[in-house]
Amino acid sequence: MLSVENVSVDLPTPRGNLRAVDQVDLTIGAGRTLGIVGESGCGKTMLSRAILQLLPKKAKLSGRVLFDGQDVVRLDRERLRRLRGRSLAVVFQDPMTSLNPVLTIGTQLIETLQEHLELDSVVAKRRSVELLAAVGIPAPEQRLMQYPHQLSGGMRQRVAIAIALSCEPKLLIADEPTTALDVTIQAQILELLAQLREKFNLAMLFISHDLAVISQVADRVAVMYAGSLVELGSKLDIFQTPCHPYTRGLLKAVPTLKTDRALSLPTIEGTVPPSHAALPGCPFEPRCADRVPDCGKALPPLVEVAVGHWARCPVINPTR
Amino acid sequence: MATLELSIDEDVAVSPVKRTRRLGPLFWAAIAWIILIFAAAGLVGVLPLPSPTDMDMLERRAPASALHWLGTDGLGRDELARLIYGARISLIVGLCAPVIGVTIGGALGMLAGYFRGRFETLVVGSMDVLLAFPPLILVLAIVAYLGQSIFNLTCIIGVLSIPAFMRVARAATLTLARREFVIAAQALGATHARILLRELLPNVFLSLVAFFLLGVAVTIVVEGALSFLGLGVPPPVSSWGNMIGEGRESLDVAPRLAFIPAITMFLTVLSFNLVGDTLRALTDPRQGAL
Amino acid sequence: MLGFIARKLLYLMPVLLAVSLLTFLIASLLPGDLAYVILGDQATPEKVEALRHDMGLDQPMWWRYLGWLGHVLQGDFGRSFRTGQTVLQAVTERLPVSIELMALAEIIGLAIGVPLAVACAVRSGSAFDRFMTGSAFGMLSVPTFLSAILLIYLFAVELRWLPATGYVPFQEDPVGNLRFFVLPAVTLALAEWPGIMRVLRSDMIATLQEDYIAMAKAKGLKPSRILFVHALKPSSLTLVTITGINIGRLIGGAVIVETIFALPGIGRLLVGAIYTRDLIILQGVVLLVAAGFVIMNFIVDMLYAVLDPRIRYGHA
Repeated sequence: MLSVENVSVDLPTPRGNLRAVDQVDLTIGAGRTLGIVGESGCGKTMLSRAILQLLPKKAKLSGRVLFDGQDVVRLDRERLRRLRGRSLAVVFQDPMTSLNPVLTIGTQLIETLQEHLELDSVVAKRRSVELLAAVGIPAPEQRLMQYPHQLSGGMRQRVAIAIALSCEPKLLIADEPTTALDVTIQAQILELLAQLREKFNLAMLFISHDLAVISQVADRVAVMYAGSLVELGSKLDIFQTPCHPYTRGLLKAVPTLKTDRALSLPTIEGTVPPSHAALPGCPFEPRCADRVPDCGKALPPLVEVAVGHWARCPVINPTR
Repeated sequence: MATLELSIDEDVAVSPVKRTRRLGPLFWAAIAWIILIFAAAGLVGVLPLPSPTDMDMLERRAPASALHWLGTDGLGRDELARLIYGARISLIVGLCAPVIGVTIGGALGMLAGYFRGRFETLVVGSMDVLLAFPPLILVLAIVAYLGQSIFNLTCIIGVLSIPAFMRVARAATLTLARREFVIAAQALGATHARILLRELLPNVFLSLVAFFLLGVAVTIVVEGALSFLGLGVPPPVSSWGNMIGEGRESLDVAPRLAFIPAITMFLTVLSFNLVGDTLRALTDPRQGAL
Repeated sequence: MLGFIARKLLYLMPVLLAVSLLTFLIASLLPGDLAYVILGDQATPEKVEALRHDMGLDQPMWWRYLGWLGHVLQGDFGRSFRTGQTVLQAVTERLPVSIELMALAEIIGLAIGVPLAVACAVRSGSAFDRFMTGSAFGMLSVPTFLSAILLIYLFAVELRWLPATGYVPFQEDPVGNLRFFVLPAVTLALAEWPGIMRVLRSDMIATLQEDYIAMAKAKGLKPSRILFVHALKPSSLTLVTITGINIGRLIGGAVIVETIFALPGIGRLLVGAIYTRDLIILQGVVLLVAAGFVIMNFIVDMLYAVLDPRIRYGHA
């Protein structure tokens, strides 16, 4: 369905070149969900923008992004436009800013339907009401006339999901869709996404910094750090047998019911490197407790430590 | 035609002021022109110019010659001399009127922004009332009342510029008055006067200077417009507006009579606008460049 | 919503009152004893005295003001002693001319400014954008009467395509009417478009950064729709304010253009009234113009609420 091949994104800034995404390879099969997890600034959003071809004007992208067999990067504007919204849809993090505040919900739903499916306004309106009902919004007819600010956060995100799924896309990119919502609403939205995924056999790219959410949603998980993919594997692989010091650190830092409350929470020492410092070796090396001298010399390659499980760390062996 | 490419331009969002921080060649050219005009106007006594009022009926609308470097106007008077004397008038009115505006308007604005409350409402309300009147009409009516003279013209234009300066000073004071250094000064027991003069004024000053320069440009235009209609600077004193107005009669035979003062006025107004706008961009990053 | 309107109206009243007071004061201060001016050659001290008494000029100022205000509130703005017309008659005669001029000027200004603003916002930072922005800035430094002279020289004197002065009512000769209006309207439009373009451009550049524009692109909508429906509407707030204020200003302020091009509008009426010391006309027309301006601002504030539903429903 989606194949990201050796994609890098460079951003020229006044202080030098910033490598936001460094040689990332990913695949997503039809109907499967890939979760991308990582801290802010690790490049996960840039990666999603690269797939959508919505990068800032000055950004330079190298590599291929194959969607349904077509290289999205080389596609001409018109075909790209027809792809977006129709086969490839996106839900952004903050529905207050991703919905246009001066247009009604109805307009924003109907225009997508009319653009891609060429429905007439009556049919489009009816379909919009159905969509709103499908995402669990009460009184959908009235909602069509309302403006985004008149709805609560959770409802707005449901509307965003309705818009994204209106033309029955093959792939949905969800960029931190629940981060701006409180926990109970978050659960509802995740539940909704799971249902819709079932119903439409939707492939999903789910981006989040929240490990708990990822563990609920994803079939496969990719861990990113400072622009690089550091580990990739099935949900079980990542959560039960992590093979990268960063992944391990992340999992250790999550408090559970069994965590001893007398001790302070484990953290990963140090901070994310300033974006412009282009380190020759492993990006995590300065903070890694398991590092060896070789780590700083060259970027370790992604190695298949088990079937379908890849990690970028030669130092660790998988613990079984 | 290619489809319009919309893109999220990061650089525009990140640093909108970047462009104007470097004072480009245009800025310096503007400064140079202003200095030139000032110099010409100031050295008027020293320069070898024929009198701007001597009429030579035989040499009317004459083209450029050794005696008259820019030719003569409809009444045989030397164009260049009239142009430079006109610069004097425009600069005198252009500088003095905004001075009235910036001192009174600036003071009112700072007081309104600092003390707030009913005083502020009163000041803002009165300015709104003043602004409701079409300014040119007001100037005409009062010039008719007081008589056509340079002094009257300067005063009335000055008074009419008070609301604009009031707004600038008030806006600047409103943002500053909440800052820590003011509260600190108040905690130390400083009097209002001291705070206004020592703490707030230096910070508001730059915005006012920028606006002052813009005010000079506007004043030159207003004076020019009035003189053009014959209702500003009284003849035979030459002002650029007068010259353009008189030149209008000769558009078909000698268009240069209108266009030479027109271009000079345009360049002067443009220069003041450029310098003022650049200063404003430097002091108020929210407004940014053009 | 109603609270919003009510508050604005409450502010409106004292401003209008103050405007009327100031108008009266200015008119009263004009020198030249009115009675003298009217009687002209036949002025003798007794006649002057008698006329002054008749016209109520010997009353104290505040009394005269209240009397005038009372009449005004009943719709009686007075009668010109020169022409015998009532103020309202004079105004209704001249108003269509001024409105036509102002409307044409604003339309042409918008027709130039809006497309340029959109084009520049989309290509922000490019050579085209910088050139256009620079031209707008330069244009702002060209006084109205200069543009007028230039246009007259080019089109009336040299090319002889258009007349320099004159007027014929629309009903009599629509084409001729428009021909007379071309140069004056374009002169004013040249002064309007830079302001329009700058404001809209900067608002659009800001809007184009917003997430909902990225979203619109991600939905695969046509670029023209994204620009004109998604981006233009939220950016047009300041533009509407500016246009409203411009229109309000233009009603009384097109004095220069009306004088240069000899158009019988409100501006010329006012200038004439100042010359002939026709106080009644002066008072009445200035009041109408100023009040019109204040009311225009009020309407613009209301329009704000319509354009931005967040203001309407109390969010911001």
